[in-house]
Amino acid sequence: MTLLLALVIGCLYAAGIFLILRRNMVKVIFGLILLAHAANLLIFTVGRLTKGIPAFVPEGAGMLSGEFADPLPQALILTAIVIGFGLQAFTIVLFKRTWLTLGTEDLDLMKTTDEPPRE
Amino acid sequence: MNQIVIIPILLPLASAVAMLLFSRSVTIQRIISLSSSCLLLAAAGWLLAAVISGGMLSLQAGGWAAPFGITLAADLLSAVMVAASALIGFATVIYSFAVIDPERERFFYHPLLQLLLMGINGAFLTGDVFNLYVWFEVMLISSFVLLVLGGTPVQLEGAIKYVTINLLSSSVFLAAAGILYGIAGTLNMADLARIAPRIEQKELLSVVSVLFMITFGVKAAVFPLFFWLPASYHTPPVPVSAIFAGLLTKVGVYALIRFFTTVFPHESIFINDVLLVASALTMLTGVLGAVAQYDVRKLLSFHIVSQIGYMIFGLALHSPLALAGALFYIVHNIIAKTNLFYISGIVERISGTWDLKRAGGVYARYPFISMLFLVPALGLAGIPPLSGFWAKFVIIRAGFEAGEYAVTGIALFVSLLTLFSMMKIWNEAFWKERPHQQEYEGINRYVSMGIAGKAMLLSPVVMLGLLTILFGIFFEPVFRIAESASLQLLDPLLYSTAVLGRKE
Repeated sequence: MTLLLALVIGCLYAAGIFLILRRNMVKVIFGLILLAHAANLLIFTVGRLTKGIPAFVPEGAGMLSGEFADPLPQALILTAIVIGFGLQAFTIVLFKRTWLTLGTEDLDLMKTTDEPPRE
Repeated sequence: MNQIVIIPILLPLASAVAMLLFSRSVTIQRIISLSSSCLLLAAAGWLLAAVISGGMLSLQAGGWAAPFGITLAADLLSAVMVAASALIGFATVIYSFAVIDPERERFFYHPLLQLLLMGINGAFLTGDVFNLYVWFEVMLISSFVLLVLGGTPVQLEGAIKYVTINLLSSSVFLAAAGILYGIAGTLNMADLARIAPRIEQKELLSVVSVLFMITFGVKAAVFPLFFWLPASYHTPPVPVSAIFAGLLTKVGVYALIRFFTTVFPHESIFINDVLLVASALTMLTGVLGAVAQYDVRKLLSFHIVSQIGYMIFGLALHSPLALAGALFYIVHNIIAKTNLFYISGIVERISGTWDLKRAGGVYARYPFISMLFLVPALGLAGIPPLSGFWAKFVIIRAGFEAGEYAVTGIALFVSLLTLFSMMKIWNEAFWKERPHQQEYEGINRYVSMGIAGKAMLLSPVVMLGLLTILFGIFFEPVFRIAESASLQLLDPLLYSTAVLGRKE
């Protein structure tokens, strides 16, 4: 299971990096979203996969013992998903507004910020 | 007493919420914004005084014991940074009253500024790696909106670059935090400082620290990760540029210092070598970029990059003197850099252009404003007795003590080029006569401002300029604080004992 997830994470990273290197804005957004997913899955996987074991303290015992599931990675991912969702929504609106204002979706054409001031 | 740690976070949040309740009335928003900034300045001063007199403060939110709860911690470094951010926040709020257009004010400029301050203060005060990520995002989303507020084409273009690179670095941060949790089982900085030496997967720890270096390097605009900065910082209105220039990159520098002194001290040997080379290249490329520019704001943006190099140099040297120097440099630079952006805004108001070739003649008509420019400009270049001289003096001395002659030589050379490009602004915008005099009739927007507007425009500049002079003249007491902060940083046990509340 870990190996499978590792492969999936690797593919997501590869696809994400490939997409953010494209000139088209829409592909860049997809790339950023894939990278966020890859990072979330990475946290999930390195936080150790435990199957069918709850994260509860057994009755009568004072603390966790033996093998137990760690709920913290899921909590981290949940937070990261919520934050990522907000940021991605903002980015999509920003890119759409840029497209409407500048009339292009080619990132290579957006270089007025790097040019010297016009005479 | 420990509760004051949370005030610099809660205060901007409360005022932002209060402002949203009065979303119709810009006047009420202005009053709330100003009073909240005053209170924030007072609270940050109180926090700094408390940390200087009583040592580190830490707060476990909700009362959950240390490695499990949400930790806020203020050592001297954090307290000094919060004080600097409160100061810049206060100055920027006043400056904004004079220059921000009513449209932007109506679309929640003031609440966004407070939320940005909340994110910055949170990043300085948190004692947990994942919370640092969350505060970074709070800061980023506010800065995104401030950057595009107004929606001019050039702003949108700058924002695309800024947003994309920051989202990328956030996902690197997230991955690094995840792997770190996987190998250490904790994300509390104090707990990490205790556990990290005992981690067996040394290779993974090195990978994680390099990932952190990359993500903070992007935020701090370290070579070769700085290209987004000169492409975006000159696009928004002046007060936004100024607060970004003063504070945002320094949050990245703060995180680098925090991680490679307190959290991963033993990883720092390898990291320091990388940072040393990066710092030399950052100083050099930044200043060379600046020398070539004729747009004032772009010139100043490249200088941000160049100055970051000095701070990273101080961190890479990793001696008590160098770290103290780096800390003093950060504070000096926050004040001088923000001030330069303010003045560039005033000069643009007077001459109607950002282009140095077309500007000119400011000194002949406004000698006082010209003097106000000289204070931070010469301070940045490192002319005694201003604060920049001492900042550079300490770092360069630490460089010679450590035997890093090549990088120290570069630092001295870059300092010369800094002076050169400051003099370029002086010669072009202030000293030389205006080309095409007749074209500029009625373009001066400064002269038509009322007394109140001029006062709001000039008072932050005067305040920050005075601080640059005072930090230079009363260097010793200020530097003593920086020295004890660096001693705290180099003793990670102090941090973990203060947060975890037990010795080990």
